[in-house]
Amino acid sequence: MRLDVLDNGYPRRTKLLFALIRLVSRQPVPDAARIVFYRPDFYGDRAKEFTHEAMRGPSDWSVADRELMAAYVSKVNESSFCVGAHSATSRLAYQDGPRVAAVLADLESAPVEEPLRSTLRMLGKLTREGTVTADDMRVVLSAGASPQQVEDALAVCAAFNITDRLADAFGFEVLSPEGFEAGARYLLKRGYR
Amino acid sequence: MAGDDRKRAAHRALVDRILNGPGRASAEQRALAFRNDGSLPPPVAELVDKVARTAAEVTEADFAAARAAGASEDELFELVVCAAVGQSTRLYEAGLAALAEGRSDGAS
Repeated sequence: MRLDVLDNGYPRRTKLLFALIRLVSRQPVPDAARIVFYRPDFYGDRAKEFTHEAMRGPSDWSVADRELMAAYVSKVNESSFCVGAHSATSRLAYQDGPRVAAVLADLESAPVEEPLRSTLRMLGKLTREGTVTADDMRVVLSAGASPQQVEDALAVCAAFNITDRLADAFGFEVLSPEGFEAGARYLLKRGYR
Repeated sequence: MAGDDRKRAAHRALVDRILNGPGRASAEQRALAFRNDGSLPPPVAELVDKVARTAAEVTEADFAAARAAGASEDELFELVVCAAVGQSTRLYEAGLAALAEGRSDGAS
């Protein structure tokens, strides 16, 4: 990573934990997992809590839908690491690779439900332009998303607008397909905490 | 709305910690990075602005320039986190405000 402390500045017991994870998963520990262990009292502890709430807390969106939102927001931000990680997690959660690929290739023609399509479109605009209007929200609500679902989607969007920026600024190493698959299995089993 | 309150509370706890808790960068510097208003010293302000607006374009050279201006690794870690969380917070608040307005109009 672009800061040496993020590669090497961990206490001994954290380094041992990383070694154990490498041994068990037979994959390198993803940089996204490493940075939440760097001075966790500053960022990692609360970031994990917020991301877990957004991605795994109570919601009428499925886990797969929320992982797809994470992948979609990451695509708008051109964050290669996060697109790889969360498209893999969404594919695994839906057990449907073509669906995720279709949304990321062309949202408008993708075979998804209108409330989800409309929500993704709004999250894309918010992420790209920095703002959305009340009219944009009315369109999403009239497509069938509930106000609570829109709020839940905004939390996912907020979480990934943080993570995407850190991934790109700090230079998270893009993993192999097997590395992303292993990460996806972990995220579905354990979540973000 | 209980689940939603927990999401927002968890977000607020993160923002509160990075801005108001102890850090290697001063609380004032962290607040400036969070707001991305351009008033940090130039190489750091440029890094912070890239993180907030075009993070995919950040390079090694941006960090090198900030280090050359005297910023430590831990200060840069904190200021980059503040810049990322700051931009994300503006998006979150803009979205929630638009939703509140869209809902209240619909009810009237």
